[in-house]
Amino acid sequence: MVRSFFHRHGKFQPVAPDDGRAEQKIPDDLWVKCPRCQELLYSKQLEQNARVCPKCAYHFRLRARERIFLLADDGTFHEWDKDIAPRDPLGFADGSGTYAEKLVTTRRKSGETEALVTGRATIGGHRVALAVCDFDFLGASMGSVFGEKLVRAIERAGDRNIPLLTISASGGARMHEGMFSLMQMAKSVAALARLGNAGVPHISLLTDPCYGGVTASYATVADVILAEPGALIGFAGPRVIEQITKQKLPEGFQTAEFLLQHGMIDLIAERTSLRTTLTTLLAHYGRAADHQAMLNPAPRHRPSEVALTLTEQGVVAAHVPALSLAGRSVSHAEPSPHHE
Amino acid sequence: MSDQVDDLVSAHSTALIGVNGGPPAVTGTAPRPTAWDRVKLARHPERPRTLDYIERLTTGFIEMHGDRSAGDDQALIGGMAQFGDRTVMVLGHQKGRATNENIARNFGMPRPEGYRKAERLMTHAAKFGLPVVSFIDTPGADPGISSEERGQGVAIAESLLTMADLPVPLVAVVIGEGGSGGALAIGVADRLLMLENAIYAVASPEGCAAILWKDAAKAPEAAETMRITAPELLRFEIIDAVIPEPTPAHLAAEATIKAVGAAIAHHLDALESAYLRGDPRGGDRLRADRYAKFRRIGSWRDGPF
Ligand SMILES: [Zn+2]
Repeated sequence: MVRSFFHRHGKFQPVAPDDGRAEQKIPDDLWVKCPRCQELLYSKQLEQNARVCPKCAYHFRLRARERIFLLADDGTFHEWDKDIAPRDPLGFADGSGTYAEKLVTTRRKSGETEALVTGRATIGGHRVALAVCDFDFLGASMGSVFGEKLVRAIERAGDRNIPLLTISASGGARMHEGMFSLMQMAKSVAALARLGNAGVPHISLLTDPCYGGVTASYATVADVILAEPGALIGFAGPRVIEQITKQKLPEGFQTAEFLLQHGMIDLIAERTSLRTTLTTLLAHYGRAADHQAMLNPAPRHRPSEVALTLTEQGVVAAHVPALSLAGRSVSHAEPSPHHE
Repeated sequence: MSDQVDDLVSAHSTALIGVNGGPPAVTGTAPRPTAWDRVKLARHPERPRTLDYIERLTTGFIEMHGDRSAGDDQALIGGMAQFGDRTVMVLGHQKGRATNENIARNFGMPRPEGYRKAERLMTHAAKFGLPVVSFIDTPGADPGISSEERGQGVAIAESLLTMADLPVPLVAVVIGEGGSGGALAIGVADRLLMLENAIYAVASPEGCAAILWKDAAKAPEAAETMRITAPELLRFEIIDAVIPEPTPAHLAAEATIKAVGAAIAHHLDALESAYLRGDPRGGDRLRADRYAKFRRIGSWRDGPF
């Protein structure tokens, strides 16, 4: 079930960048060299093969919206919470400038507003909540907006009893947001604990690369962990490990195949058959839920004690006073139009 | 927020003491230490460690070793102990002092078996209704080849998951270095406390400087802008309380340990009164409120750009 996004350019492009530079289209006449087998590939041929090298099966990286296009049934993707914007709670600045400036450039270059795209869709006819990383947005680092969008997607999946599919590719925490960033690990996993208690499945697809805070949080708290062939996945980065241990890394270290051998993932999922794999998985969970409902028609426990109502528009209605604080910036008192 | 904390926050960048010399004195009206001063204080080799707290604050400590799978991690220890009139499950990172001990303790950097042991002990605590007290003091999780092979990321993630859903009170104290995910793995608590000179950071200042400044020597600048000190994290509502250190802990171990003990007792009492006294469903309320607490952490803005 290979889908090509070649002939559908533009339909699932990132929101229009202000200078047009985020255009993802590879011109038809361009030749691309495979970094693994060095084969010169006709870009059209590559696009038609889901950007997998037809010679050596090297999986090129994909943007978030390309992944969604590849997986979701035509026209079923409905995006959530696209307007949540990052702030600069620390007033962070490094040698090259402030975080606030960096956000502006990144937004323009990537055409995305943040590093995670969330929404609902169907895959092979099965409803699914999606959370997909965009590595081109600051290495898909996990800041406050990433965490908040992810948690809202998890909560919606729980409230509606639809499986959650996360697709990760991330360098880990976003250092520019300091401890706000680290705490997104706890926040997202806590939301998954409730999703798990409600019996709603989480399928996690790890793609190249997955490191740090993502590998050590939501992406590995899953009922099924899939990984794309050759994807590099780990906690510490290879350079850090080499520097600290002064050891030479073993052949194939931290590849998906290495993780499979060491018992860390369920399955390596080829991109060209990913839709089939996911459809089969979702069908299993669907049948399991139907069967449970048949055996025990009592309403299932839902994690709705979470006391949040998330509408399609992404508006949060809080029923518990504590939660009405969601969205505040405790550091910089910039007023939030919806929550203050 | 108390005036004292405001003072700490506003003054932390004005003082520059102890950078070239020894650790700064933090007494009375002396200038407040910088973030980098606090990094050095937090890492001071004579600072009290988890076992010092266990020894002085508890009796009948039975250390529980091993993850029942791969080994026993000496960098993350735990067991049952009597604290006041309760038995609690104590967990903590353990750094060494002498070189040999540091090697045995892996400099306080847990391997996956450490996190799996912690998870086992937390599950044990839940089974018997024991509150969990954890002491955080680590440069971070071990970044070695074998740790990767045994799933360092998954081990941390699963510890987070277990902790998030535990039906017993959890109090965590950052006593020294709170190093990223390796610290957070035992820090998903109902009350997160920090000693005044402890630090808690998403990455080490040196690591952050190496990546963003391309120069590890910029660590003091990174430490400043990363907002890793206790007063700053209290202001961000990421932690719940700062335990004052009128004299740095390595110069006043007894007093510091006593203050930490009093703070833990206070928060355990408060959590038990609020949730567990006379309420058989209190554990569920505790979990729900713990979720709400972490649920709202973040800094974002809703609405169009
Ligand atoms: Zn190739």
